[in-house]
Order: sequence, then structure tokens, then C-alpha cells
Amino acid sequence: MKTTSDVLIIGSGINGSAAAYYLAKSGVDVTVLEGASVIGGGGSSRNGGGVRQSGRDSRELPYVMWGIENLWPTLSEELDADTEYTQKGNLRLGKTQAHLDKLAQLAQSAGKVGLDVRMIDAMEAREINPYLSEEVAGASWCPTDGHANPLKTTLAFYRAARRLGARFYTNAIVERIEKVHGRARKVVLKNGMVFEADCIIVAAGYASRKIVNSVGIDVPMDLKVSETLVTETQPHMFDQMLGTAAADFYGHQTKDGSFVFGGSAGYDQFVRHDETTFSTPPASSLHGPCICRAVTGYFPSLEHAKIIRCWGGWTDLCADGVPVISPVDEVPGLILACAFTGHGFGSGPVVGLMLAQMARGEETVVDLSALRYDRFAAKDKKNKKAA
Amino acid sequence: MTQITDRSMRTAAFKPEADDDMLICRCEEITKGEIRRAVYEGMYEITEIRRWLRVGMGLCQGQTCTKLVQRIVAKELGVSPAQLESAAARGPVRPIEMACMGNEKGGVC
Repeated sequence: MKTTSDVLIIGSGINGSAAAYYLAKSGVDVTVLEGASVIGGGGSSRNGGGVRQSGRDSRELPYVMWGIENLWPTLSEELDADTEYTQKGNLRLGKTQAHLDKLAQLAQSAGKVGLDVRMIDAMEAREINPYLSEEVAGASWCPTDGHANPLKTTLAFYRAARRLGARFYTNAIVERIEKVHGRARKVVLKNGMVFEADCIIVAAGYASRKIVNSVGIDVPMDLKVSETLVTETQPHMFDQMLGTAAADFYGHQTKDGSFVFGGSAGYDQFVRHDETTFSTPPASSLHGPCICRAVTGYFPSLEHAKIIRCWGGWTDLCADGVPVISPVDEVPGLILACAFTGHGFGSGPVVGLMLAQMARGEETVVDLSALRYDRFAAKDKKNKKAA
Repeated sequence: MTQITDRSMRTAAFKPEADDDMLICRCEEITKGEIRRAVYEGMYEITEIRRWLRVGMGLCQGQTCTKLVQRIVAKELGVSPAQLESAAARGPVRPIEMACMGNEKGGVC
């Protein structure tokens, strides 16, 4: 078994697998270590499949927009697999004036970064999607948003990277990183095995925190459950990605006809857990019914659609709601990509591409200085900055 | 020392078999050959086969084909079917209408 390589990636989710793919494609010798038994079993396989820009923080928008313009349209061909990418727009729905004000504010801030997203009235929303209930008062509309199949996309990156010679190891639980001559160099597994590389990328979701703690780095993040349900196959109804100002549900109709809907019953951050993310997260009895009530409030005609499966997944919630994607100054050779806060799927391809660029010592396609690991200032200092 | 799993251990060329056209997952119409090829392409876990091919993700949620899929994957990997981890079982056990699931008051829905 070969235990040395140019680049070592910890985590086989969409970010880690995509980074492995782009590195292998450029001829870099790369190894991926996955702690769980399954590739991409964390947030990458347990999300609503949104490939969206609208509703995002302006710090994330530049790279998400870059990925949607440059990578997603040709990704299926690139990976020789159907990612089910569908770019038919995103309706973010509102029922009250407060909702519409919130959506307008989001649209305005996204517009400043150059995103085409605008407010539409109830009538125009119903022209785009005739199944909306009378309760819908308006929406924001972003025509370049869409959705894809997160399960297939993540595994497609894995398969493509593997074809190009990237090595993947599962059940490889990382205990710590060790420095040699001041640089990140060794990765020690729980079973005592040691891997070595010139560059180490940590993209392991919430597990990243403990791993980088071993070299004195920390990110303020927490473990959060996201829950989703899926209906049996329905006749084709609509292609848009959906979200709401009330954040009571999100989702879309998939290529095979089933609907995938996510949502929250309000206790996502307080689900019992054992501090590892390898376990199967619970799907609670509160979420399914809550999501069903939300969905049928916007789409009454779906009340007879049958739910065939509910599931939950771990996501890594960041204190300020956006990820860390950054080299670590104090530990040369270490690159950190974590705390994607439950919306890291759509940005996976471009994040993987930029992690590969960082590992090769190149400039990234988009400036990421707003997402550094050392941005977390005390609140009194942040307030001063804002004023 | 707990063994880690090398995902690159099977590099021999894929060999088609006579009964590769046999339907294994009837809900999603997935054949034996597609399952064998997925293993060859690196999908070593039942959960990955499911996510990659939609095996067992249809109406019956794998109640018909799970055992068959396990046997095919185990044979390809050269292990006992009992060594393979099953995909997570999730509710509801039978399909249930959204109006009914959202109704926690009880009674007829």
C-alpha cells in the first residue's frame, strides 16, 4: 500500500472528491482518506440538490456564480455520467409582505454582485409555476439557478478521479496531523497507519474541526442535522428549484419524477449525536409531518403524493453561515475547506477546482479572501468594522 | 490494527457475463450487468450502488431486490454477503400521502 503522495485529501465528499479529480487530471499524485465506509456519505449525499445562487451570502456568490457559468453546464460530459443538472431557475416564494421585503433585500444584495435575480408578483410566479397555491403573494426569480442529483454527482467525481489514478481509502479514520520542520506533512490514522504528503487538504465536514485542532487551528462550527423526504414518482409537473422566504421547505422534482423536499422543524442543531459524523443521523418524527404541511401549503395538489422515504444527514454549521476555504498560514502545506453550513453541494465542483489550484500553488479562479479561517473577530470588533 | 479499505484493489478489466441483461431491481429496471459494472467502477458498498444506480430506491424501497443485489456485489468483491453493510432502513415502511403524514391530529385523512 502506497502511503506517500503529492497531495493528501481528508474527506471524500463532493469537495474532496472534486479536488481529487482536478488534481489527478493535472497529473498530480493524490490520495483521499475517508473515515466512513461509504464515499461521500455526509452532507454530499444528503441534501436537496440545489445548484443555486439566489439566497446566498454575497461572500459566496462570486465563486458559486463562476461554477454555474463555467463548470455545471458541461459537468456530465466531463465526468462521463448524468449529473441530472437542470438549469430552469429558482423560485423563492413568499406569502406575506414581510416575506417579500426579505426576498427583495436578498435580491438587491445579490444584484450588487452581478446576479440576475428579480422580484416577481404572484401572477408572474404562477405563469412560471401554475401549481402554486393562492397563498403565494410573490417570489424572487433567478433564471440561472437549478438543481442536480447530489448522489450521482459526488460518486461521479469519485469514479472519474479513480479512473485517473487517484487512490481512495475508506474506513480510514484520521486521528491527527503532524508537522515536520514546521510544515504539515504526516496524517496519522486511528489504527496507527501514517500517510505523508507535501500538501494536506482537510475537507471532512464537521470532523475537520477535531483534525485541524491537532495543529492548533480551530473554526467556530457545530453539527446540525438536515432532514429530507422523497415522494414516489409523479407525472412531470415543473423543473424549477424551490425555496421560501420562511425557510419552511425547499426542493424540486427530480429527473425520475419523484419530489425531494427538505425543511426544518426547528431543532436541527439540537439532535442527539455522538460527536462523530460516521453514524447514520436520525430522521425525527417532527420533521416529516412539518415538511409535508409546509409543502402542501404552497402546492395543494401534492397532498396525495406519497412519501416513500425520509432521511437525515449531518451538516457542518459555521458561526457566520459561510464556509472556510483557505490555506492556513501557521501551518504551511495545510488547506482547509469546511463549515459549508448545509449549502455546499452546488458549489462543490468549483470548490474542488480551487482546492486543486491552491494545492498546486496557483491563484484561484475567484478571490476567496472573505472565506479565510482567521476571519472570526470578536463581536465588539466586528460591530466597529460594520459601523 | 483495523483494516482500511483500498478502493483501487480491483483493476482487472470488466468481463461481461451471459446473464448481464437480467433485471434485478424491477422498480427502477436495473440489470445485473449494471450492478456488476458499478462494483468494477469503485462502488463497493450497497449504499453506493443504491445512490449510483437507483437500485432499491423505487416504490418498494428495495424490499424485493436487496438480497439479490447483496449477493451480486459480494460475488464481485469476493466476500460473503454477510460482510456487506446493508443500506440504512428509513421510514415510512409503506408509502404514505403527504396530507396524511402532515396530519398529526389523527382520524381519517
